Amino acid sequence: MVKPRIGGKAAPVSFRNVSKVYGGDVKAVDNVSLEVETGKLFTLLGPSGCGKTTMLRMIAGLEMATSGSILIGDKDVTGLPATDRDVSMVFQSYALFPHMTVLQNVSYGLGFSGFKKAEAAERATAGLELVGLSGYGDRLPSELSGGQQQRVAVARALVLEPQVLLFDEPLSNLDAKLRRQVREEIREIQQTLGLTVVYVTHDQEEALAVSDRIVVMRNASIAQIGTPRELYDAPVDRFVADFIGEANLLPCEIVDIRNDQAEIAIGPYRHVLASRGLARGPATLAVRPSRVVLDAAGGFPAMVSKATYVGSRMEYTIEAGFGPLFAVREDVDDPLPVGRDVTVGLAPTGPVLLPRG
Amino acid sequence: MRPVASEATSHPVLIFWIAAGWVGFLILPWYGIEGGIFSLEWLVEGYPFDTDFAPAAFLIGQGEKLWLVPLIPPLIAPWFVARRPKTDPLYAKVLILSGAFGFGWLIAQGFGIGIRGWSFGWLGALFGPLDDRQFGMGYGAMLLAASFLFVFTQGIAARGAINGDVFVVSAIGGVIAIVATFVFFPIAKMLTAAFVTEDGGYSFGIFAGKFFDDRLWGLDCLITGGRCGVAWNSLFLAILVGVLTTALGLVFALVVTRSGFRYKRLVRALTVLPIITPPFVIGLALILLFGLSGTVTVFVADVFGVQPTRWLYGLPGILIAQVLAFTPIAFLVLIGVVEGVSPSMEEAAQTLRANRWQVFRTVTLPLIRPGLANAFLLGFIESMADFGNPLVLGGNYDVLSTEIFFAIVGAQYDQGRAAVLALVLLGFTLGAFYAQRFWLGKKSYTTVSGKGDAGVHPLMPRRLNIPVYAIAGFWGTFTIVVYGMILYGSVVELWGVNNTLTFKHYVTAFSVRLDAEGIRWTGSAWDSFWTTIKISAIAAPLTAAVGLVTAYLLTRQTFAGKNAFEFGTMLSFAIPGTVIGVSYILAFNVPPIELTGTGLILVISFIFRNMPVGVRAGIASMSQLDKSLDESSLTLGANSWQTFRKVILPLLRPAILAALVYSFVRAMTAISAVIFLVSAQYDMATSYIIGRVENNDYGLAIAYSTALIFVMLGAVGLLQLLVGKTRIGRRTHVKVGG
Repeated sequence: MVKPRIGGKAAPVSFRNVSKVYGGDVKAVDNVSLEVETGKLFTLLGPSGCGKTTMLRMIAGLEMATSGSILIGDKDVTGLPATDRDVSMVFQSYALFPHMTVLQNVSYGLGFSGFKKAEAAERATAGLELVGLSGYGDRLPSELSGGQQQRVAVARALVLEPQVLLFDEPLSNLDAKLRRQVREEIREIQQTLGLTVVYVTHDQEEALAVSDRIVVMRNASIAQIGTPRELYDAPVDRFVADFIGEANLLPCEIVDIRNDQAEIAIGPYRHVLASRGLARGPATLAVRPSRVVLDAAGGFPAMVSKATYVGSRMEYTIEAGFGPLFAVREDVDDPLPVGRDVTVGLAPTGPVLLPRG
Repeated sequence: MRPVASEATSHPVLIFWIAAGWVGFLILPWYGIEGGIFSLEWLVEGYPFDTDFAPAAFLIGQGEKLWLVPLIPPLIAPWFVARRPKTDPLYAKVLILSGAFGFGWLIAQGFGIGIRGWSFGWLGALFGPLDDRQFGMGYGAMLLAASFLFVFTQGIAARGAINGDVFVVSAIGGVIAIVATFVFFPIAKMLTAAFVTEDGGYSFGIFAGKFFDDRLWGLDCLITGGRCGVAWNSLFLAILVGVLTTALGLVFALVVTRSGFRYKRLVRALTVLPIITPPFVIGLALILLFGLSGTVTVFVADVFGVQPTRWLYGLPGILIAQVLAFTPIAFLVLIGVVEGVSPSMEEAAQTLRANRWQVFRTVTLPLIRPGLANAFLLGFIESMADFGNPLVLGGNYDVLSTEIFFAIVGAQYDQGRAAVLALVLLGFTLGAFYAQRFWLGKKSYTTVSGKGDAGVHPLMPRRLNIPVYAIAGFWGTFTIVVYGMILYGSVVELWGVNNTLTFKHYVTAFSVRLDAEGIRWTGSAWDSFWTTIKISAIAAPLTAAVGLVTAYLLTRQTFAGKNAFEFGTMLSFAIPGTVIGVSYILAFNVPPIELTGTGLILVISFIFRNMPVGVRAGIASMSQLDKSLDESSLTLGANSWQTFRKVILPLLRPAILAALVYSFVRAMTAISAVIFLVSAQYDMATSYIIGRVENNDYGLAIAYSTALIFVMLGAVGLLQLLVGKTRIGRRTHVKVGG
């Protein structure tokens, strides 16, 4: 007897001008178009109420689009209810059925997909093995830890070999240590099986860690799509810069442009970086706290107004002429005292120019 | 790949309902059968050709009842689309048309042609005279009606309603159909009865005459010291009962939640009492205490030399009995409300330097105000609807519920007056119900969030301690004495005359003899006892099923008109039993639905009287289940019926049990609707007991009541045991926001 193997039947998802309106005038998703590629993990990231969960639920068929169309593979599924879509979902609360054993939970969906009982049990066992829970089949969900319940939920979704696998904030009920471990496992399974995954989170670090592509959402529409690196290093606007990692947004002046390189001025300080198509004049500079250099030669003058020890590093609030600035420094043994004057410069790589506004 | 239901070309559910329609048309007797279909006598008495028992097809085949012919095309049409995919517009169109036409025609012919031919004069004028007639619909017609209804709902689903979900659309359609038939239709029929003149015409004058009658609205008690109108009597009584039960309920709630009282569990046990006590039993116990030959009356007369009076009979007696009976209901409401006040609110007030009294007055009391109003309205509705106590203790103090009864069964036999009285009563209770839902509904101060609130409720302020304990102690003792009286009264030879202890009443009621033919139930009560058990046992699962399906639709689905749907299904809670009784008599005594005198009408009245209990139990426990459980089941490929059956129902086992037991127990204690609907063949325990009371046979009545109380106590106890067991192994769900 050949042991059943859980594989993938991944398919792309595409949104074509999709809108979702609640109660006549509340727009949860506003004219969004998006192509999720086969075998990739796409993260929908954004503050609460930005429409990311609604997008996910529209792929699942738990919400119906008000207008536009949604395709899975090359098939239009816009009007299909959840039951008829080849999609499975891992819920924030895991939604394990408390009256069924782990094995019954995992084989639940197989029963509706035309598998015979014995076959379904075998596949479910294989699914449990995949998530490292062989031997737990006879337990009730209530007898498992949070992390184990989470994995059962993943196994239950995986064994159906869905065209698309959806995750709705899957880590939010786990403690911080477990979170890192589980997200690595999810990523590993996704890559091994080549699954198309759409993943919703509001945690930017989690998004950076697991994604092939991140879709940053704001006010019911997409703010930016890109790889983690692109988003972090080249945000398109202040919102994305601030949302992905923390960023200081400083006013600056582009004084010169040469070969796509801009020279900017902040007070007396001069710095050269990619111009990103901007013209001379006032602009905004996004700088990560770790890219702020304190006591730099030729920097602009400022003063330390707060200093906080957080164990692995020091966090400083710097008062400059244009307002406060947030900086971190690895050096914890020799902290700067509050009230001291510093000169502030920028690291050679990292800072990004954004249009003013 | 998962099979996609919307593209399938076989529809087993559709085929089932079309086939069911054919069974109803071809095989089952079309008209109602005297003696009931289960007697099976009809099978040997000329079926299928005798027109009394013939199925519709055989009637038509013999050239009889030709108005049934138009039912054939809508029976045939669905076969032609049964193999088409749902997405085909023709599929939906044919199903909707044939379902709607078939159902509509079935109803139209039922109302149009009755026992005396045409039911309406204008039909005769239009189509010429008809010298045929028909009786009430039987199982054949009912099955066909159901078939048309569900063919119609499948058509609606195929058009895309509720994402094309057949189960949900059919459930909505089914609930609407039965609620319309058994709640709205009788009420509407009663409404028209209020306008009917003696020669069968309709007149507003006759309604106005009855409505503005002095017996209803007279205010003589204020002016000349005469008797006031029945409506004022009822209103005054209901307001008093509402206020007193709310006050007492709050007192007990404070004792249980805000005091160091050690026997709180005992106080909580109080809440079981109204559930297991037939409503007039308290009245009987009061007679034993305060009646002319009552213990207290005799004692006071002996000691103080006062002449015993009949003061109990009238407002004082009804008031005491109703307050005793309904205080636990107010308590049940208020205990939830008082516990629902988030401890952190009160703790916050304390840290802001309010003392205990100030916390109570400025935080706790304002937060429970909607609960108080709710308890008042419940007491008001219960008092208005109460039938047993006014019947036993009313004396000259007439109230609406008993007046309705006497208008129907008394010498006056005035259906119109009964209908008008019932409408007034319905007006009062619906007003209270409406106030409760739309005025309080928006003002709910639920302060406990889903997350655990670690705080502790403060004890009640000291200056409340003494009055609260005093009142609670007094009333608690009184309640215990009253229930003791019931027990004691059942074993006394003849109360107040011959106080020797005896089991004679139990023997008369429940004696059994063993002889050659096995057990012989010789006691006089057995007949009604077994009928009661049987009817209640049939009604209970049906009530639970209707209630849970409705609760599922209300908590788990969104659809157009959901608010109206909810209002309609909860409405029967506000309809007093006497009103149900009268309206059922008026509506189901004539075709198309003839049910009076059957056991079925009792079952149906119980289902719709108690349906809100099932709905509430279902809603309460379904809102404990996280919605993601349904959603995950759906995304795993189950449809909504499979989700309901495999996920929701198993998790609702405790709620199902509770709904079963409570509807069983409520059916056993019901009196107000029952007393109109019982027949010689189907007599119920409560109406039998009332009959004994009317013959002054108190001993037997009380013995029978005691036996009933113990049977129901057993049922409730069994429930506690079973529910306690099923809780094990359940995970509690903390709702996660996101």
